Amino acid sequence: MTLEYDIDACTGCMLCIKVCNFGAIEKDGDKVKFDMDKCVLCGSCEEVCRDDAIHIERKTVDKEALAEYKDVWVWCETGGGRLRGVALELVTKGRELADKLGENLVAVLIGHEIEGHAETLIHHGADQVLVVDDKSFEQYTTDAYTIALNTLIAPRKPAIVLYGATSHGRDLAPRVAARMALGLTADCTGLDIDDERQLVQTRPAFGGNIMAEILSPYTRPQMATVRPNVFKPGEPETSRTGDIEKIEMTISPVQIRTKVLESVNETVEGMKSVEEADVIVCSGRGIKDPSNLDLPKQLAELLDAAVGGSRPIVDLGWLPPSQQVGQSGRTVCPKLYIALGISGAIQHLAGMSSSDIIVAINKDPEAPIFEIADFGIVGDIFTVLPEVIDAVKKVQAER
Amino acid sequence: MKIIVPVKQVPEVAEVKVNEETGTLIREGVPSILNPFDEYAVEEAIKLREKYGGEVTIITMGPPQAKEALLKALAMGGDGAIHMTDRAFAGADTWVTALTLAEQIKKMEYDLVICGKQAIDGDTAQVGPEIAEILKIPQICYVRHLELSEDEKFVIAHSETDEGYDVVRAKMPVLLTATKGLNEPRLPNIMGIMQAKKKPMEEVNAETLGYDVDKLGLKGSPTQVRKVFPPEKKKGGIKIEAEDPKAAAKELVEFLAKKGAI
Repeated sequence: MTLEYDIDACTGCMLCIKVCNFGAIEKDGDKVKFDMDKCVLCGSCEEVCRDDAIHIERKTVDKEALAEYKDVWVWCETGGGRLRGVALELVTKGRELADKLGENLVAVLIGHEIEGHAETLIHHGADQVLVVDDKSFEQYTTDAYTIALNTLIAPRKPAIVLYGATSHGRDLAPRVAARMALGLTADCTGLDIDDERQLVQTRPAFGGNIMAEILSPYTRPQMATVRPNVFKPGEPETSRTGDIEKIEMTISPVQIRTKVLESVNETVEGMKSVEEADVIVCSGRGIKDPSNLDLPKQLAELLDAAVGGSRPIVDLGWLPPSQQVGQSGRTVCPKLYIALGISGAIQHLAGMSSSDIIVAINKDPEAPIFEIADFGIVGDIFTVLPEVIDAVKKVQAER
Repeated sequence: MKIIVPVKQVPEVAEVKVNEETGTLIREGVPSILNPFDEYAVEEAIKLREKYGGEVTIITMGPPQAKEALLKALAMGGDGAIHMTDRAFAGADTWVTALTLAEQIKKMEYDLVICGKQAIDGDTAQVGPEIAEILKIPQICYVRHLELSEDEKFVIAHSETDEGYDVVRAKMPVLLTATKGLNEPRLPNIMGIMQAKKKPMEEVNAETLGYDVDKLGLKGSPTQVRKVFPPEKKKGGIKIEAEDPKAAAKELVEFLAKKGAI
């Protein structure tokens, strides 16, 4: 793959410099010059060049070999026997992709005593469920799950494999992909199929300042992890039928090189995980004292929401690290995000700005959080929040 | 104990601004820093060496200026550094980055490889596990507490999960990815900064690595960026002053009810 620049054709309009997101093009007299250390051959410049002076030559692909790979697969994560929310989101999205390709959607269930979920996955759109049920998969380990997935993928040749970008998904997917020398796109927020039947993977980078569309043109299966809460799970259709295939697989203990001695659950009673919640009530420095967290907790309970915190209050130990929202904590994208006393530093925004509806209550009218809030109240959280709690109660009582 | 710490130089993402007109990133004047998560990795490696002896080697793949990130890690207390720099390495995606680093690490002796959880520019968290796979060693990701067994053969790590953490034990050699909470990275002092310049720094290019250049950098990358574009700009919506908190609360709740959010 190379970029060819036809300096004679170039009229020096400098449009290419403006569209280059990688700082790879510089003005050079009347013309431009390319810094190939920075260029990623994304093609933005080629697209805007009016003079046809930029050509990017891409690798040729053996289309026939790639066409052998068929079907969309979704790894459906379970935890403590429970099916994770992201599994249904991915099955719903996977159904849409499979329909565009005219291929099957296959759900992969790995764990112990999890077969009961197969039916649910079929109701949400899976044509087939591959069930690997064994004691050795009761607890997630990188080694056992990597072996299981590779064992399934290698002979069956799916075109696409999707994983939820949870802690375990982000641990597992790169391992599986690397074993097969495949590309992997992290933390996608958009997935589509293009005219050439390729998976178009859209993801944010640079703290959400920019979006990138990524392809895996030369290898199959195409693999991506997908951010939880981005795609909405569909309604189950209980009349749907599908095929459940059980696969016998046991992993020898010597193949599992890490041992989980203990699994500690830090989610406090009634405190939902911020990554999976539809609603998050998140507090910042403005909450002033840990005892004041009772107010956000009350609101969270009413809304069946997770209680979140910005970095400063988690650093102070007022909430466990699992509840921290932001760049150094969790990236979230709920349907409703309520920011209380959070000014909105870029590191915080990077972790939550893609939420559907953002509400902010803050004393400082200049706080950056208001720039992205759908509804902002400039005021003291201690006087406003109790009123909000009352108003919510009233609305709920009327229903 | 021999510890290898792969690091990355990244732009200070918090200072990257977007040109409102073109929607492109403004990179001028944005400082380059050692990836913050890598600082936890460097700190932990130095602490282990201080307790158990051995040496800490910092490694990076990046353009000539990435040397600054290595110098910072050396100033913190790393013993030596390897700078993998070559035009042929440029444009690598996560898989090829991991491959390039791992091919170099394979030539070295190590008990531990400690990476940062993820780099703040790409946020993929993929290079660590991919290096582990290529090296054929186990991995423990998102480590926020670390101990060694008494015989110094095993690590016992607290690995962050979505609900809390797992206490995981693994025999060395093992790759760990460090996250917040593992330690408080030290600031290099003047003495450290002076010494850093005298510490061994080896340069490796594609030829000295001895790997097929067609399989490196952009050429070897299985993923390809097709297009970059600005995200849909979220605009501020309604903003009201809470002169009457009760009325403000009522307005908010009505807004949310109308949107079907509550």
